[in-house]
Amino acid sequence: MTIEQMPGERDRLEVQNASLGYGDKIVLHDLSFSVPHGARVAVVGPNGAGKSTLFKALVGLLPLRGGRIFVHGLPLGNHKDCVAYVPQREEVDWRFPVTVGDVVMMGRYDHQAWIRRVSQEDKKIVDRSLAQMGIAHLAQRSISELSGGEQQRVFLARALAQQPHILLMDEPFTGVDVPTQESTLSLLDDLQAEDVTAMIATHDLGIAMEKFDVMLLLNHRVIAFGPPAEVMQQQNVLQAFGSHLTVLPDGSMIIDEHGS
Amino acid sequence: MSFLLEPLQYAFMTRAFAASVIVGVLCAVMGTYVVLRGMAFLGDAMAHAILPGVAVAYILQGNLLLGALVAALVIAIGIGLLSRQGTIKEDTAIGILFAAALSLGVALISSMQSYAVDLGHILFGDVLGVSAADLILTAALAFVVLLTVILLYKPFVVISFDPVLAATMRLPADLLRLLMLVLLALTVVISLQTVGVGLAAAMLVTPAATAYLLTRRLLPMMLLAAVLGALSSVVGLYVSYYLNIVSGAAIVLAATLFFLLAWLFNARTGVLVRRRSPR
Repeated sequence: MTIEQMPGERDRLEVQNASLGYGDKIVLHDLSFSVPHGARVAVVGPNGAGKSTLFKALVGLLPLRGGRIFVHGLPLGNHKDCVAYVPQREEVDWRFPVTVGDVVMMGRYDHQAWIRRVSQEDKKIVDRSLAQMGIAHLAQRSISELSGGEQQRVFLARALAQQPHILLMDEPFTGVDVPTQESTLSLLDDLQAEDVTAMIATHDLGIAMEKFDVMLLLNHRVIAFGPPAEVMQQQNVLQAFGSHLTVLPDGSMIIDEHGS
Repeated sequence: MSFLLEPLQYAFMTRAFAASVIVGVLCAVMGTYVVLRGMAFLGDAMAHAILPGVAVAYILQGNLLLGALVAALVIAIGIGLLSRQGTIKEDTAIGILFAAALSLGVALISSMQSYAVDLGHILFGDVLGVSAADLILTAALAFVVLLTVILLYKPFVVISFDPVLAATMRLPADLLRLLMLVLLALTVVISLQTVGVGLAAAMLVTPAATAYLLTRRLLPMMLLAAVLGALSSVVGLYVSYYLNIVSGAAIVLAATLFFLLAWLFNARTGVLVRRRSPR
């Protein structure tokens, strides 16, 4: 699997001087970075740094306040089925009367006419996505009966069923059991094999440094972007986390977001 | 048997049965979204907001349904526009417009001379007074609403369950939400005849809530709600015929009885049945 670009083809995701925010309030200023084919990007930064804001803009939930974002060299919005988003679990109503299979099938709606029956191919893709996330046995289960980890896997399976080119996940390692963390990580490997670009917002700097090719360190602007070893240099981390950072005598760093 | 057939020998009763079954089914189907999206307040507000339209139609000697329809559409679009940018919350926009419209309606009606009788009909419905022309209009509007709900089933489910997914799919979410308001307005207008302004919200919410207790999937919930809505209408009309009760009230009471039965005996929340598993 090559990560080199086809001649003349641009990076999968290019952000040029983008400013993003809600209403008049700009949360992220002047972002510029570009993510090549199939890269795995960990988006890190303190609480409120704008990680979720960036993702919401990438899926089209927030308008650009300035600058430009390109996917495959075309402005955002031209590829309607290109970006999939795994939201934080609190963002939907889990009492909604649908089964696990129904939710994953929603990932196929984009590929279907609004009134057409579900095709055999759609069914196959849904079954495969459920199996890949280890929840095939839950397909007929109501979503109100799921554990937190299972809820997360439902979202991941739906994102797989969307067959995206870019997958965004907001804090997939927070508040879930270890098996779900592990299947999320193995999913990342599968995605890379399929040349899908993944961007993951996470608080877990350990996982970010260990498992990702690229890190994006944010604090209302891009502090650093590149290989984890370069990004996680002391001055960058200090700029992003400020007083939450404690440097130990041996050079290792501790970030305590709950402290002062 | 003659007990059930006796009311049907009157033409006005067969029209009443037809109209109230249509309304029962339609309200229940739209009510499924009302219950799931937490729009009960909106449904109730919409029903009351129709009042000025009815009053104006009455003054102009026009068709009351048509007047109600215009008022409901104005309100639906007004709520959609006021809350679109997120500066005013939707329930605040509803509160403002609903109170204003209701006041306007009451003001108009109180300026008429013989308002007492007609106000009763507007508030609680007049299903026995449904004319053949009313019935045709009711059926036509119901057909349009149900067809739209069927055609837009998938996008409506997505914007109701997961607005973020709707955004990633680039669905025209604002437009779909506005359309849903318009469909709700049409539904409320149609239900004006059978249960009136005061009880329309009950027909939206009660059968759908009953179905929600009994099933955990959306399509069965919709179908079951429709059956319950139709059944409540039929039972209510018989009760109304034999006990000489206002028909709208009888229909809503029948729907409420079904809800209570479901609440007491369903497998999940029922207090009178033992849970199957301790989950």
